Amino acid sequence: MREVLELAAEHLLLVIVSMLSACAIGLPLAIWISRRPVWRRWILRVVNVIQTVPSLALFGLLIPLPVMGGIGKRTAIVALVLYALLPIVRNTVTGILGVDAAVRESAQAMGMSPRQVLREVELPLAVRSILSGIHIATVTTIGTATIAAAIGGGGLGVLIFRGISTADSAQIASGAVAAAILALGADWGLQWIEERLSPR
Amino acid sequence: MSDSVISFRDASFSIGSRPIVRGVSLDVAAGETLVLLGRSGAGKTSVLRMVNGLVLPSSGEVIVNGKSTKEWDSVRLKRSIGYVIQESGLFPHYTVARNIGLVPWLEEWPEDRIRSRVSELLERVGLTDPSFGGRHPRELSGGQRQRVGVARALAAHPSILLLDEPFGALDPLTRSELQTEFLHWAEGKTALFVTHDVFEAMRVGKRIAVFDDGRLVFIGTPDEFLRSDQPLVQPLAKLVLNPGGPHA
Repeated sequence: MREVLELAAEHLLLVIVSMLSACAIGLPLAIWISRRPVWRRWILRVVNVIQTVPSLALFGLLIPLPVMGGIGKRTAIVALVLYALLPIVRNTVTGILGVDAAVRESAQAMGMSPRQVLREVELPLAVRSILSGIHIATVTTIGTATIAAAIGGGGLGVLIFRGISTADSAQIASGAVAAAILALGADWGLQWIEERLSPR
Repeated sequence: MSDSVISFRDASFSIGSRPIVRGVSLDVAAGETLVLLGRSGAGKTSVLRMVNGLVLPSSGEVIVNGKSTKEWDSVRLKRSIGYVIQESGLFPHYTVARNIGLVPWLEEWPEDRIRSRVSELLERVGLTDPSFGGRHPRELSGGQRQRVGVARALAAHPSILLLDEPFGALDPLTRSELQTEFLHWAEGKTALFVTHDVFEAMRVGKRIAVFDDGRLVFIGTPDEFLRSDQPLVQPLAKLVLNPGGPHA
């Protein structure tokens, strides 16, 4: 039990660091491409392709790379960030572009600077879509992070992989159930935040 | 004309190679309401947007208060001009009071001055119930939303008003009410009013400008409009002269 808790804490840390990094990269990237149609097409294509690579393969593919590769937590985080980018970037772009054209035009016509239009109008109106992207990304990251153990990333995947190699189904179940509980907890918590932050 | 507040000098605007506004020259005198009339896609909205610099002329010039829109600081120019569009373009996440106080807030007026200006404006546009300020746009009827749109446009005392089919989406009675009130709201202001409704044009315009395919084909008083033998104006004038009659 003690081990499960420790691994769960490690798992959570892996997810939190990955999600914070994914937001730090994904949100500014999404805002930037929401103003540049050509870049937008290409970048969305790239993040889409990353998403189609099977997760186990992506972890494996990163191992030989310098700096962001190798065995261990860093590589695991890089892979998790890459996966989390798609829902964050896509939902943020969709949210910003989905703002009613009449509203955006009147914001410009009232003499708001582009920065003010973004801060006062586009982001507040896109907040529901942005948060739901972060929500989806967080919940899937909790699941995907179990595979991080395959490349020495630690976390609840350790229990699952060890259980598989020793044919110990109780151990597999303890890892899987713990990951599921984390995912459900995150789901509820984020739902609660979304409801509070979204404009009615 | 030296006393004109807005003047177009052979101003054109195109998107890529597609001309939207072609060589328009016109002057709007201080305090007059000029109606821009024409079919959808005739370039009326683009002409309006050329006045506050939402769109800059591809060639020619638009002079506002003595200065070309290309020389104006674009934010300053926009904040000095009131703008009302169809469906009002109110911010759905702002309260009515915040929507109305938007330009004063951008101009960094002190809090209490904004507050008193907002209540003054609510009164002016006939939304006298004190609860209006705290509501959100979706809690209002279409007519009330347009009133808020007008109040927002008037907030920072602009001398120029631009209105793009402001009452287009309203039922006939509300529309007629607002047209009448508009004449008071626009008093002393120079206004450009886009519509495709001839009756509205006759009612609110001191002069009427007719556009077709990006060109200004007629400009004159409502009387001159009705008597015009211009082939592009006649079918419009006929709508007023024999309403309900065959106008094929």
